[in-house]
Amino acid sequence: MSKYTPVIGLEIHVELKTKSKMFCQCDADYFGKKPNTNTCPVCIGMPGALPVPNRTAVEWAIKIGQALNCVINKQSKFDRKHYFYPDLPKAYQISQYDEPFAEHGYYEIQNPKSNSPKKIGITRVHLEEDTGKLTHTGNDTLVDFNRSSVPLVEIVTEPDFDSAEDVKLFLEELHTIIRYLDVSDANMEEGSMRMEPNISLMLVHPPSFGRPLPEGGRTTGLPFEGSTPKGGGMLRNLPNYKVEVKNINSFNFAKKAIDFELIRQAEILDKGETPAQETRGYDDKKGITFSQRSKEEAHDYRYFPEPDIPPMIFTDEEIENIRKTLPELPSQKRERFSKTYQLKADDVSFFVQNIEASRVYEDTIEYIHSDPELSKIPNITQGTANIMINKLPKNELNRAQIISMAKEGYIKKDTDLELMERVISTVLSNNKPQIEQYKAGKIGLLGYFVGQVMKEMKGQADPQEVHKILLAKLQ
Amino acid sequence: MDLFGKTITELQTLIKDKKVSPPEVWEYFAQRSKTMNQDINSYVTLLEKPSNTNSGELSGIPIAVKDNYCTEGVRTTASSKVLDDFVPPYESTVTAKLKTAGYELLGKTNMDAWAHGASTETSDYGLTKNPWDLGRYPGGSSGGSAAAVAAYMAPGAIGTDTGGSIRHPSAWCGIVGLKPTYGRVSRYGVIAMGSSFDCPGPMTQSVEDNAMLLQIMAGKDPYDATSSPVAVPDYRSEMKTKRKLKIGIAREYMKGVEPDIQTAFENMVDLIKKMGHDVVDVSLMSPDYSISVYTIAQRAEVSSNLGRYDGIRYANNRAYFGQEAKRRIMLGTYTLSHGYYDAFYKKAQKVRTLIKENFKKTFSDVDLIIGPNTPVTALKIGEFEKYPFFGELMDQLNEPASAAGIPAISIPIGLDAKNLPIGMQIMGNYFDESGIYNLAYQIEQETNFFDVVKKGREKYK
Repeated sequence: MSKYTPVIGLEIHVELKTKSKMFCQCDADYFGKKPNTNTCPVCIGMPGALPVPNRTAVEWAIKIGQALNCVINKQSKFDRKHYFYPDLPKAYQISQYDEPFAEHGYYEIQNPKSNSPKKIGITRVHLEEDTGKLTHTGNDTLVDFNRSSVPLVEIVTEPDFDSAEDVKLFLEELHTIIRYLDVSDANMEEGSMRMEPNISLMLVHPPSFGRPLPEGGRTTGLPFEGSTPKGGGMLRNLPNYKVEVKNINSFNFAKKAIDFELIRQAEILDKGETPAQETRGYDDKKGITFSQRSKEEAHDYRYFPEPDIPPMIFTDEEIENIRKTLPELPSQKRERFSKTYQLKADDVSFFVQNIEASRVYEDTIEYIHSDPELSKIPNITQGTANIMINKLPKNELNRAQIISMAKEGYIKKDTDLELMERVISTVLSNNKPQIEQYKAGKIGLLGYFVGQVMKEMKGQADPQEVHKILLAKLQ
Repeated sequence: MDLFGKTITELQTLIKDKKVSPPEVWEYFAQRSKTMNQDINSYVTLLEKPSNTNSGELSGIPIAVKDNYCTEGVRTTASSKVLDDFVPPYESTVTAKLKTAGYELLGKTNMDAWAHGASTETSDYGLTKNPWDLGRYPGGSSGGSAAAVAAYMAPGAIGTDTGGSIRHPSAWCGIVGLKPTYGRVSRYGVIAMGSSFDCPGPMTQSVEDNAMLLQIMAGKDPYDATSSPVAVPDYRSEMKTKRKLKIGIAREYMKGVEPDIQTAFENMVDLIKKMGHDVVDVSLMSPDYSISVYTIAQRAEVSSNLGRYDGIRYANNRAYFGQEAKRRIMLGTYTLSHGYYDAFYKKAQKVRTLIKENFKKTFSDVDLIIGPNTPVTALKIGEFEKYPFFGELMDQLNEPASAAGIPAISIPIGLDAKNLPIGMQIMGNYFDESGIYNLAYQIEQETNFFDVVKKGREKYK
């Protein structure tokens, strides 16, 4: 057992695919547009320009919060977060500080290697605006404000992960949720979903020692330095440092970056030192992280309530009305698919992750059940799933074709059984000496018989079925 | 046709009756502005010719606009060299509404740089002189607008009031200036100073002109989330229905006020009583609290609002900021910094809530509150240096209404021994501009403001 337990929390940004930007009427879809053509006085911070919040973006942020089992705050507001950077036109980002739309949520993930699901705490879900984009060419830096003020939802988790694998699992699940809600493309490669893990290692103490708080040790879950957590998040002793990793643009890189960090930090701790509290970048080509910014350069963002946008008050009814628009979520669908259709776990996952395929599947099953002939086909729900997952390309799924294949497969199965019986008899009668050897103890020959039958059948048989019949006949 | 001294309302009638043509009106004010600006320095930018193709209520009426309103295609500096060459690509909501009503933009008026001050002294384009005495300040920050109206370079002007910036120069220049309720008039396109205080408003020779301009400027704006959906009443008709009003006087607002101003104010109170209104004493929180609240919150907002002037996307970089702006940025940054936020900004917000409650409670008893507008009349140029926090000191009677967000007007009520105008402030409940206009109009009808407006422009005939 390792001496250390990883302590990992996540910050995830999701760009919403609303029609217009967060605070102005510019198109939120900036992708591939000529630089600085998708801008207006508001999103380039002209003197006198004012932000007006996008109602849809606010509702979508609340929806994400609800999908992650958060408490939706009845009063919420925007705040200004100040820092200077050429891609931030107003020198402040409109974000949310102490009254986010949603907080104190959780989400359960099920690692196949684990017996029980794991609960990941969701610290908060808030809404903010994206920045412009810098491009460095030689000695010049170019700035494009097309992306400036595109709505961005930030999801912060508690430091509840203890493996890179669970992080990847959670991210994939979150990605699916976001697509179910239909609020973002959530594409990591294109940057519409971005994640930054906070990683540290905690010494595993022998149980008798308990877990003493180290000097300067921190407690869990403060989204911002100096802020007071409003309850939520269990109190536990955490390491007195943490490392944030940026520039991760795929789920696999997330796992690799975390695994790299865990080894790097363990090596430092083994030497009796403490890893520096810092922000590190991830180099996907070299597969390493590298130092970007140390704690000494940490910002004081000088948050204060955005005076240009009045606080937002939501009634219970408004919050419930948004909740009513939530679609069936991946976890609910997973449960329903396993219960209703009795599918294999992998197949359930396939349908949970492929929204369109699951729609076709359910439509097909409904059609089959309405047809007495088709309903008679044994094991039809799993059979249909097999056809869709293994036999048809994903983009060629349609009900008629699936049903015709299901029928064909059923009829074929009938004829094939007779054929198979005949082939097996022939194979056995042609291999008398081998049968003797088998009966004498050379049981490995069973595989040879199966192979012979399969060859005669031109592969049109279930090898396991053949195996079973042969075993019986050779008794 | 001699246009001298005509109010906007009178000019509208003359134009409508074809007694005078819009080009003649333009020529008249453009010439006066050009000539008199050499002495008074009311304008940062004067327009060469009329440019509006819309026609409406304000057709042919030239108006002077404070240089912190973005005007498409017309240089807008906020009197700071940072924006020396800034030509906005868009129009502020207020000027867009005036444009739709047919107004002519006469020029952009001088102000304290970024509206920081009460003298125009901090302007990077030289200070504006008070038309009553060229050796004195016009007050500020909308000093250019006030002086333009007082000297009749323009029949009316638009200013902005954050902590008294309309009322203060209106008092010192002897004209009528209204700070509407916060949210009554859109701030879109007005270069932000203290975002939670900024109120665009009209500055005029008469109450009727004032109400007429507010009528055009007011209303909910989809581009300003803080603008109010409360319906805009017909100010002029409500103003002319004589009401008997219950008026409160807060003795807390008499502290440190010059004797001449006190006397003029007391005379006014007697007159108001004689006019049949009910005058009662009310107790308000000391203006000192408002000054603290205002200073902290406004500086914080300033430090945030000025961050965008990095010179990357437009205009000059931050090296061009003047002393006062730098001071405010420093103070605001400090009060918002980690560890100080609770002690300053947050506390100020709490007190601000108390100030609002205090006014609300008082207005459940009285219709209006009156008091002097400034502790002193126009100061001599140079005296600014003697007062740190000059603006706050001069605006101590204006800042409570700003902190609360209630409407308030300054009207002329006489002259002091130095022959300088004295202003009186009338504060009203939220969105009760009508009530304020009602009393102001009655006083104007009764006294013609003691001919103060007339006397101010007389020597510029």
